[in-house]
Amino acid sequence: MIAELGQFALVLAFCLCIPQAFFGLVGAHKGKVQWMLATRPAVAGQWVFTLLSFGCLAYSFYINDFSVLYVASNSNSALPTFYRFTAVWGAHEGSLLLWLLVTASWSVALAAFSKQLPLPFSSRVFGVLGIISAGFALFILTTSNPFERLIPAAVDGRDLNPLLQDFGLAVHPPILYTGWLGLSIPFAFAVATLIEGRLDVTWARWARPWTTLAWSFLTVGIALGSWWAYYELGWGGWWFWDPVENSSFMPWLLGTALFHSLAVTEKRGLFKSWTLLLAVSAFSLALLGGFLVRSGVLVSVHSFASDPNRGLFILGFLVICIGGSLGLYAWRAPSLRSNAGFAIVSRESFLLLNNVLLVAAAGLILVGTLYPLFLEALDMGRISVGPPYFATVFVIPMLPLVLLLAVGMHSSWKQARLESVKRPLLITFGIALVAGIAVPWIAYGTPGVLTVVGMVAGLWVVGSALIDPVSRLKSGHSLTPSILGMSVAHLGLGLFVIGVTGVESYKIERDLGLKPGETTNVAGYEFRFDSTRDFRGPNFDAVEGQVTISKDGKPVTVLHPQKRIYRVQTTPMTEAGIDASLGRDLFVALGEPLGQDAWSMRLQYKPLVRLIWGGCLVMAFGGLLAVSDRRHRVRVTKSADAPAASASASV
Amino acid sequence: MWRYILPGAVFLVLVGFLGAGLFRDPTLVPSPLIGKPAPAFSLPKVENAAETISLEQYKGRVFVLNVWGTWCVACRQEHEMLLAIAREGVVPLVGLNWKDDRTQAQAWLAQLGNPYDASAFDEEGRVGIDWGVYGAPETFLVDGNGQVLFKYISPMTREVWEKEFLPRIQTARQGATS
Repeated sequence: MIAELGQFALVLAFCLCIPQAFFGLVGAHKGKVQWMLATRPAVAGQWVFTLLSFGCLAYSFYINDFSVLYVASNSNSALPTFYRFTAVWGAHEGSLLLWLLVTASWSVALAAFSKQLPLPFSSRVFGVLGIISAGFALFILTTSNPFERLIPAAVDGRDLNPLLQDFGLAVHPPILYTGWLGLSIPFAFAVATLIEGRLDVTWARWARPWTTLAWSFLTVGIALGSWWAYYELGWGGWWFWDPVENSSFMPWLLGTALFHSLAVTEKRGLFKSWTLLLAVSAFSLALLGGFLVRSGVLVSVHSFASDPNRGLFILGFLVICIGGSLGLYAWRAPSLRSNAGFAIVSRESFLLLNNVLLVAAAGLILVGTLYPLFLEALDMGRISVGPPYFATVFVIPMLPLVLLLAVGMHSSWKQARLESVKRPLLITFGIALVAGIAVPWIAYGTPGVLTVVGMVAGLWVVGSALIDPVSRLKSGHSLTPSILGMSVAHLGLGLFVIGVTGVESYKIERDLGLKPGETTNVAGYEFRFDSTRDFRGPNFDAVEGQVTISKDGKPVTVLHPQKRIYRVQTTPMTEAGIDASLGRDLFVALGEPLGQDAWSMRLQYKPLVRLIWGGCLVMAFGGLLAVSDRRHRVRVTKSADAPAASASASV
Repeated sequence: MWRYILPGAVFLVLVGFLGAGLFRDPTLVPSPLIGKPAPAFSLPKVENAAETISLEQYKGRVFVLNVWGTWCVACRQEHEMLLAIAREGVVPLVGLNWKDDRTQAQAWLAQLGNPYDASAFDEEGRVGIDWGVYGAPETFLVDGNGQVLFKYISPMTREVWEKEFLPRIQTARQGATS
């Protein structure tokens, strides 16, 4: 009964998407106020019913209703309650329902916080979002219904994929989806602008906080995925250039480019058509990523059950959404002319370079991801593109980006006079140069050329990001959240660069067989394999090893890596033992038993690896700080209520 | 003007490829090799460069050829399943270590366990091309007459092994004895 209620609620949510889209777009076109006023209630209703539907599915998991096929396939009575809840999005059908819920939540948040937007414009925005929601809902109802019954009911469920029985992965999808579906908001703003043929740039002002917010979520989501892969997949890598990772990373790169270019468009009225194109492309790439993951066109670790019908549906949806908006762009954008100019050394130039480099990076990754597909379709033989390609092509645009960033963040609009920051920039560069060579040398050993370049660049960005807040605090100027947010986000990027450089330059990985009592030395740490014992978890059996680590005779830590066998799916899983600290991680994973109590093991020493995720969190925090700036909200109110009176209103 | 149309045009080309990719879904479209003699190879072993491994050595036996590489994430995912298959010992598993580094491949086998009878070291990927390898992991089933019976792309799972491989192995053996 609950499952049927859930399905019914989903149908109602779909039904409400249609008036949302229709009244929003047609009402604005015909100028009918009553129609336009109907969009907000439709958004609210759609959200309520989607939430109800999602709640019904969660409840079916909670009560172990194995007469629902999706529950029977992805849960088990022995599954801990927390994972029973997260299993809702543990496979294709439920995660799509989560997409729909997230999209609806963004829409309803926008409805709540955008009362000040002009009615025709907001109606069009909700109309566009309605089309997106309708597409997702129809996709679920026609190809991927999570409420399908299983008759007769299963006695017990087939259990959740053990890979997903982990806190990091349980929270990774909702945050990641919140980020990449949040890009639908700037997308909808851009499409509404194109439909109206607006020549002004107010849309950029409205879209900015939403874009930054979505970007912050996306940053955290990607970092969580990377962190999970590091400790759960059992071999200590943090990024694999897997097609699915790429499909969330490309929208991130374009999202980053987008909120930088939105700033230019808002403040200076430049890059008008470029910013629109970026807003459309960022969400388009997110949808394309969804297509790649769900259609089975590219095979990857993250593969969901693939089905050509689903692929066909998403492809059709892509054609409508992306094709439609790019067509609209080709029609409307030529009339958008920027008339302001700027000097070669100016914030505009730096941001232009930022955009070019970020888009180039995204493009190179897109080509690498789709390359096997192109060759296959053209019958030109078969080539695999692996991490070596990505690692090489990604560094080429990123290195200049990081270096330009250190200078660019101090440039001013129109024409930058860098003389005033020349001294602090040179000082921070000097410090970065000395520290970037000396610190890794002393702490970790002889650095290579790339190590020095990476360390100096990262430290310089960190130092440079601090110049502005420090000088403002010293001179008693106020520090607005948006300026502080920018500094913090750039600081996070600097930390990230330092982390990546540290890990990639100094990591030590050792695979070897050890008998109980034997010791080995990795990077000055003494690893002693003590023993193994059997361990019984709620829904798995494990062999747990004990490894004592000491340095110079002093004990450092005792790690307990596990080799688990989940009972229902009989899938073995590696649970690494990790001792984390800011300076380095020590990592022990059990391999295979070698007989006579000996085990093959992977021991790793990972310097600065925490800075990779820490840097991402700092970046996201910077984004949130910028969003919190009251200026954004006050501006919206001002410009929407009385655009002409904006000059007289005080902040 | 054309620069405004360009993004849409690029997208349309992409749609063409995606559509083609959809219908040429590599996990569903059978390999042209199926029912044909397996391409011959003779390569040094991963474990020991001095020894060679060739198709000849498996003549008269049903065997499974698994394409792997240490750079391949999905190969790690299927590795435990391969070890389980090796333990069950129904058929020998032959590895084709594809476009890889020998030291890393050896370390991989030492750490994760070696499910293979032996692994051929296909550094340049030539044999991979002969076999029409699209990407790792891929798994081929070859019968006693050296004919390719089945090809499976993406990580091996218990379900695929029991549903697709085991029945075919049985029929192949019955066909050979009767």
